[in-house]
Amino acid sequence: MSEAHVCKKILVADDSPTMRSLLCATIAAIGDYEVIEAVNGFEALRILPREKVDMVITDVNMPDINGLELVRFIRSNLQYKNLPLLIVSTEGSERDRQKGLSLGADDYLVKPFDPDKLRAFIQKHLH
Amino acid sequence: MANERASKEFLAEAEEIIEKLHLDLVALGDCADGGECDPELLNGIFRGAHSLKGISGMFGFDDIAELAHHLENLLDSLRMGKIALNAPVVEILFGGLEMLSRLVGGKVDNERFTVDLAPLFSRIDEILKDDDAEGEDVWGALQLDPEIRKALTEYEEHRLLENLKKKRNILRVNALFPLHSFDVDLSGVHAAIKGRAEVISTLPSASSEPDKIAFQLLVATSETADSIQSLLKGDSLDVEDLLHEKAACIVPAEIEAPIEKEAAFAANDAIENSSLRSISQTVRVDIEKLDYLMNIVGELVLSKSAIADFADRLKAEGDSERSRDLQKATRTLERRLYELQKGVMEVRMVPVSQLFDKLNRIVRRISSEHGKKVEIDIRGAETELDKLIMERLSDPLVHIIRNAIDHGIESSAERLAAGKPEKGTISLWAAQKGNNVAIEVRDDGRGIDPEQVRRKAVERGLVSDGIDLSRQDIFDLIFSPGFSTRDEVSDLSGRGVGMDVVKSNIAELSGMVEMDSRVGQGTSITITLPITLAIIKALIVRSRTKTYAIPISSVLETLMVHTSKVRTIERREVIDLRQNTLPLVHLSKVFDLPAPSAPPDSFFVAVVGLAEKRMGIVVDELLGQQDVVIKSLCASLSFVKGIAGAADLGNNKTILVIDVGGLMSEALRGETALHV
Repeated sequence: MSEAHVCKKILVADDSPTMRSLLCATIAAIGDYEVIEAVNGFEALRILPREKVDMVITDVNMPDINGLELVRFIRSNLQYKNLPLLIVSTEGSERDRQKGLSLGADDYLVKPFDPDKLRAFIQKHLH
Repeated sequence: MANERASKEFLAEAEEIIEKLHLDLVALGDCADGGECDPELLNGIFRGAHSLKGISGMFGFDDIAELAHHLENLLDSLRMGKIALNAPVVEILFGGLEMLSRLVGGKVDNERFTVDLAPLFSRIDEILKDDDAEGEDVWGALQLDPEIRKALTEYEEHRLLENLKKKRNILRVNALFPLHSFDVDLSGVHAAIKGRAEVISTLPSASSEPDKIAFQLLVATSETADSIQSLLKGDSLDVEDLLHEKAACIVPAEIEAPIEKEAAFAANDAIENSSLRSISQTVRVDIEKLDYLMNIVGELVLSKSAIADFADRLKAEGDSERSRDLQKATRTLERRLYELQKGVMEVRMVPVSQLFDKLNRIVRRISSEHGKKVEIDIRGAETELDKLIMERLSDPLVHIIRNAIDHGIESSAERLAAGKPEKGTISLWAAQKGNNVAIEVRDDGRGIDPEQVRRKAVERGLVSDGIDLSRQDIFDLIFSPGFSTRDEVSDLSGRGVGMDVVKSNIAELSGMVEMDSRVGQGTSITITLPITLAIIKALIVRSRTKTYAIPISSVLETLMVHTSKVRTIERREVIDLRQNTLPLVHLSKVFDLPAPSAPPDSFFVAVVGLAEKRMGIVVDELLGQQDVVIKSLCASLSFVKGIAGAADLGNNKTILVIDVGGLMSEALRGETALHV
């Protein structure tokens, strides 16, 4: 990572440490990105205004606020209107997927997620 | 995609989830017998199964994922009220958990290990056949923004419906909190209404003020909006009734509900009265409440040093009589404070037997999985330790024990050949030493050769060859990150796996970990911990190269200020803040830190206030908010101006805690205090 090259920042919000480290490892294999980890929704809320993130990847089931609420918050905020937003969730039902997408998430992956789909999403939105 | 290190991480997290599920299921079993259960308990168990399903699927452990999925379905129907919670269901849940823990345990050795799950699945499917569909639609009555409804998970929707069916009120609490403290503020709201209302969902939304964030809390209660409002202090909170707002004047429709409510209350009273009689002499208290008390004590300590400082100033100004009186009073206050702190700490103490019993089970399980004969020798189980420390000690200890059985204890044949007893022994000893507790895990296994450790460390580039190292230095190397790698599993590297993590976990608790070993005799690992932690919430800031903590209780807001906004009045730097002037104090000047080569064109200000006084502390960077551990009461008695004590940042970094009161009186001396 050279000094001159500024990495795109990806915020990963998931309360499972294993899932976070998997996402980080997968993202690291995809390219040179800076991953900022949030261990719950509150932390994500705090990181958002502080770090200029280029993408948010969030879980749905988190203990404090759920991922859908996070998506709704992000989309209701003008400054994050175009922030690429990916939900990675264990909730596989069509209803949840529709909810996530209608709140403004750009895509919805079901765990266990396919790393190629994650790659495609990141490459589509961060290039 | 499963590499070894990651799958170890997975197994560790899975084990942790299972351990927690076990405890929660026991609680669930208890309340299933007694009637109603806390929805949050059931939801927590559901979440555990849910997380397990997600992560095990990622590692290709399809059997675990499928089992977790079946349990999740069962739990989902339970929490959604589709099936009843009764003894047979609880029994199936326990059976499923047992299978889970066998599967996870088996995978530690052999990723292909599996068990026959079909009988359990068919029992679960049998039960799920009976669930009936969700009933009538009550959404119409609720004045809820459709966008908000979309953001609710299925479970949150269900809780909302349940409460509507029980004819409870649905309220919306609108709150506006500073960005740096909203989690504390929100937990304050939760605490205030606990037992009177259920928080169904917490929805963040943007605020027009840059440093703030708005929240809408959906709350269900049997009480009115007004009575909930009265529980909530502060003008940043208001409560709206989502059911009755518009229909409040229509009386006839309302008549039936209150009667039902009264009947419900009467029934509740009867239950409460009968249970009151059976209350024993002990009370179970949420650890968070104790944390809260502890925080207050920590803050009182800071206030006390402000008073002591005032006494000093009186003396310096020549008012020795009053100063003496004040000093005397301060000393009494100090003694009482010490007693209070000690009392609160004692309440948090639990015997380590709680942890040792759990470890005992783990030793038995791991050793039987490895086909090794291991005895456990527990001593000092009555030693007491802070509950919070104990909880966070569990993972590192499990890791150490696993290593000891995996790599330390030899097979029976090997032991007999070496003239040792056939059964290996793992000793778990605890003892109090002054203000510390030492916990030792000792095995009588094959031990570690220091020379081999040294060679490996040289190979890994951790030390250069030829350097003179003591035995202790050498064993310390095992705790360095990068000592072992994932690509080989030898006895030696096995011992190092994750020991750096163990060390950092212990360091977070302000503890130390040491290892000693004799070839052929065994290995011992000793963890030394403070008996308790005194915790306060602090804003962590940076001035030049130094980091400081400002107690969050005195921070009113934080600002980013452009240097052009700074004015000088009577040789004092000030800025304008909402029609008032705010005097500034540079931390770098207070602590005499070197000036930067190029002055920045903007800086951060933490606006602090005590009583009516306001002051801006100028720093270079706001690093965030954190719980910090104040080093013992004595350390915080330091009489350096502006310093209330030292705090531990967790990563073994010690920083200074700013004494806001002291700094303020120092900075504003002789000035008229600013009124905002």
